[in-house]
Amino acid sequence: MNPLATVVTAPDTLVGHPVIELAGVTKTYPGGVTALRSVDLVVDYGELLAIVGPSGSGKSTMLNLVGTLDRPSQGTVRIDGHDVASLSDRQLSALRARRIGFVFQQFHLAPGRDALGNVADGLLYTGVGKRERERRAEAALVRVGLGDRLTHRPYQLSGGERQRVAIARAVAGDPPLLLADEPTGNLDSVSGAGVMKLLRELNEAGTTILVITHDREIADSLPRQVPMRDGQVI
Amino acid sequence: MSAPTASPTIHNRTKGSLRPARLRPSDLARLGGYGLRSRPLRAVLSALGIAIGIAAMTAVVGISASSRADLDQELAKLGTNMLTVSPGKTMFGKQATLPDESVAMIKWIGPVQSVTATGVLSDTYAYRNDRIPAAQSGGLSVLAAKLDLLKTVGGTLDHGAWLNAATDRYPAVVLGATAAERLGNVPAVYIGGRWWVVVGVLQKVLLAPELDSAVLMGWPAATTYLGFDGHPTTVYTRSVESQVEAVRAVLAPTANPSAPGAVQVSKPSDALAARRATNATFDALLLGLGAVALLVGGIGVANTMVISVLERRSEIGLRRSQGATKGQVRTQFVAESLLLSLLGGAFGALLGYLVTGMYATTQKWPTVVPLWVLAGGVGATVVIGAIAGLYPAIRAARLAPTEALAAT
Repeated sequence: MNPLATVVTAPDTLVGHPVIELAGVTKTYPGGVTALRSVDLVVDYGELLAIVGPSGSGKSTMLNLVGTLDRPSQGTVRIDGHDVASLSDRQLSALRARRIGFVFQQFHLAPGRDALGNVADGLLYTGVGKRERERRAEAALVRVGLGDRLTHRPYQLSGGERQRVAIARAVAGDPPLLLADEPTGNLDSVSGAGVMKLLRELNEAGTTILVITHDREIADSLPRQVPMRDGQVI
Repeated sequence: MSAPTASPTIHNRTKGSLRPARLRPSDLARLGGYGLRSRPLRAVLSALGIAIGIAAMTAVVGISASSRADLDQELAKLGTNMLTVSPGKTMFGKQATLPDESVAMIKWIGPVQSVTATGVLSDTYAYRNDRIPAAQSGGLSVLAAKLDLLKTVGGTLDHGAWLNAATDRYPAVVLGATAAERLGNVPAVYIGGRWWVVVGVLQKVLLAPELDSAVLMGWPAATTYLGFDGHPTTVYTRSVESQVEAVRAVLAPTANPSAPGAVQVSKPSDALAARRATNATFDALLLGLGAVALLVGGIGVANTMVISVLERRSEIGLRRSQGATKGQVRTQFVAESLLLSLLGGAFGALLGYLVTGMYATTQKWPTVVPLWVLAGGVGATVVIGAIAGLYPAIRAARLAPTEALAAT
């Protein structure tokens, strides 16, 4: 097994060090739309925060930049100590595979795979063997409270359960940073509250979690809020 | 700038790990099958084109190989050591004749094991009965035959008896297989104003097909009743296998020492092989059709893959967010395309084999599908799959992760 693939949760010595550093970040899309204007943001290991703002405020662009899915037009993005600008596409892929977990509003679960398969497949690019992937997947599903739903297909699960599977998939590799894009956007309030509770528990266990939401109420339930409007942090 | 620089320890701790993990071959195979399993009907339909192409090509080659194997078996049974001698043209372009003593002369050639002959009775025709107009001769020839003809040409009787020392002096005939078909099941035939009793019917003679449409009678009977001139028109010889070419070289001067140029020597087994080989052009045509089917099949696979990439943008985005490199996305789609076309190729090869087996069985041939055809078929599908999948795979890999994730 590739020893580098074994990811460790941020140890206590890292608390107080930044996992996300955005300095003077501007993102301009081809066609001249400026989604972000000179944004500065520092998030330390172990934080739980919300980036909150209405649609068009640039929070999705923030997610793409922090998730290293996109590069800034200007400014510096540092994730887990790596300057994104200095990394190749392959290196960014490796960074995402081991250091960042994503949770999406639409869950993005494979309909033909059961919960265990969906979570295990999330570890495909970490270089871990199939048996170990399934072992970690099962552990992650137990952790999110779905230990009795391992062989259920997505259509056999409720919305809240689906999002839990997606969260299990994102944390199965124990990434230090979890990015959640409107994680409760497709859920009723009860399921949504359950998902937020799960995220708080994961944070207490050491994972840095950044939630992107337009919902003030959800943002206010978290320890830190970063409000955004018109591409700027206000 | 407000952002503090990361402490060097953190930087160094993680810097080295930024090498993407390699996909294991087993994981890659599973990834390739993933898309096919989620849409099985589409996979089957698009693999069908490839299957038809490979099946057509396998069957064409298999059927001609089976036919050849059958011929080889026949020839092994019949022997390839038969040579025939017949009169050619004289220097002046007239029909030559073989000297009466040519058969005896050829017998003196050392490696020659047996010699026999037939003689055509020109302007003599056989009829079912005495009321058939003379012009309706039915394309049958009337031949005088030596008693040892059957043994030398490797002929067998369908029913009845061959001529013997008694019947070859009297009006009795043996019919070739085709002659018997045309004349019908008659007890006697009418030749030269006289009834001739049918004593036997031959099966088809592969090495001497001219006997099939012949009515054969004894040499003395032909001379006595029909004024046969006694000139042999075809001399059949069997030689020691290793000496066939040497015998061939001396046959003409031996048969007619005064005019060796007016003698034709041929090897019927070669002629037989050549006749089967003429099917090659037909094979080439069918093979071409198979290639076209294969090409169309390849385009079908490419089309399926293009659609698949368009439909699965969010899957691609998800995989990229999970850390798949561009190369890994590309490899996944190429693997899927390869698998799809291999599926078609394997099914096509099986189908081609079955078609060959069925056709060969109806023809009573052995079923032979050369291994190189099966290997070539699978190899071709690998190439087609790679080519068909490459462009869609490159498109999938080029898709920006953010754009792919934005698609729902």
